[in-house]
Amino acid sequence: MSLILGEGITKYFGGLTAVYHVDFHIDEGEIVGLIGPNGAGKTTLFNVITGALPLDRGRITFKGKEITNLKAFHICRAGIARTFQSVKVFGSMSVYENVVLGIWYGMEKKGISVDARKTALELLEFVGLGEFRDMPAGDLTLANQRRLEVARALATRPDLLLLDELMAGLNPKEVSEAIELVRKIRERGITIFMIEHVMKAIMSICNRIMVLHHGEKIAEGTPEEVARNEKVIEVYLGEA
Amino acid sequence: MKKVLSLLGRYYFVIVFLALLILPRYSKDYVLVLVSDILLYITLTMSWVLFSGPTRYISLAPAAFFGIGVYVVALLGMSMALPWIIAIAACASFVIAFLIGAITLRLRGIYFTMATFGLMELIRHLILWWEVNISGTVGRVVIPLKYTTVYYGMLVIATCVLLTVFFLGRSRLGLALRSIGDSEEAAAHTGINVTMIKTVIFALSTVFMGVSGVLMATRWTYIDPRIAFNALYSFMPVLMAIFGGMEKMYGPVLGAVIFTLLEEILVTKLPYHYMLIFGLVLVISILYMPHGIVGLIRGWVKGGER
Repeated sequence: MSLILGEGITKYFGGLTAVYHVDFHIDEGEIVGLIGPNGAGKTTLFNVITGALPLDRGRITFKGKEITNLKAFHICRAGIARTFQSVKVFGSMSVYENVVLGIWYGMEKKGISVDARKTALELLEFVGLGEFRDMPAGDLTLANQRRLEVARALATRPDLLLLDELMAGLNPKEVSEAIELVRKIRERGITIFMIEHVMKAIMSICNRIMVLHHGEKIAEGTPEEVARNEKVIEVYLGEA
Repeated sequence: MKKVLSLLGRYYFVIVFLALLILPRYSKDYVLVLVSDILLYITLTMSWVLFSGPTRYISLAPAAFFGIGVYVVALLGMSMALPWIIAIAACASFVIAFLIGAITLRLRGIYFTMATFGLMELIRHLILWWEVNISGTVGRVVIPLKYTTVYYGMLVIATCVLLTVFFLGRSRLGLALRSIGDSEEAAAHTGINVTMIKTVIFALSTVFMGVSGVLMATRWTYIDPRIAFNALYSFMPVLMAIFGGMEKMYGPVLGAVIFTLLEEILVTKLPYHYMLIFGLVLVISILYMPHGIVGLIRGWVKGGER
């Protein structure tokens, strides 16, 4: 059984069709990539899955339960966490507070009781922010703010983590570190669904890739299959 | 000696509180009324800060809920014991704020601000309509309370609101509120029920406004909707909080104290230039003290360290 299953996902913005009849499924332990040109509907799909936007049609099932149109905080507590394309850390709070909040309101509200402080510090070590724990989150570099978003998402103890362009704006060294981080997250038993433009990252870590174009799924398969797919080449390189 | 001073520095508020407690024995009525006024503004400002400080939702609702408190007194008079009237005003404020919050807290930024401002006008006109068309009166006469009763009542409420702000600031809920101010979207995706938290804290903050309305109502012996609902009580707390600076708790308190004293001096000594000077002080302080008095004091302390 799939961890998450989406059937006929459709989302309109006024007259614009942002996502149209997309079916998808992600199995436990997979890393699935979501690619497509700008405006293809990738982030909209993430927003619909996580409850940031209501669905117009379709249904989403997570761990066997329907989660269509639940509120964002319910979906988080159900086990889906996310990061944002434009980073949204809690800038006025310390790095530690950002993470501990995720433990209090994400993990503990699920009924998992832990030593919040210890867990938060472990997570900060895990993403490599241990030394910055008392710094205001807003003062971190972009790369570190992205790591903090990952730590905050992990603090809610998700089964599925959605990463929205984790590597956008990072330099090559930071990109390889981020790839390493994604691998380490999967080793913790967390399934990953990621939007990414950095092809090196997508090709090297994803088990499977979905391609969206104008809100529709045009291809799906292993990285090799997708790279050979004619439709995908057409979309990315223009018609021959 | 140094130890004593640092202890004094840490527990100065205890001394201030004790001094306020015995004040009515030694002071004239004028001082008592003035200090009651200061306590009123501290209450309105801090209850505004309670919600708007961390969430950054700029509310212009204080006047609406202060007015509700005033009008509860106008309607009920002193037909029951004061604690009952206070309880009724507190419940009325909470319930109305909860309902209004559930609707308007979907709005962000300036839209929320305008909605809360409109709320005061709405309630005022509703009551006016009711009085004219149904009860057939416009104004109501109130029997005044003793100065000392008003004073002690305000002291209790001001203390309550200060304690609430203090403990909320150190709680999980307080941190969740701040996360809403930083990024409401991220907060929701971190498992925080943002709508619930916002609405409850907004409603809680209006309870203090409503209760202070009850106590201050008797300063006017005659009350009509225009007197009860005065936009000044919405703007003053915002200005006082900005003037004081919201990063530390003493900021809005100092802002309230200084503004009330300034207003008093200007009204009594320079009645014709009062608004002009008041406006100038405001413009200058916002231009040159973006972090308020708190920022100014922090600047001095840092300068001293160097």
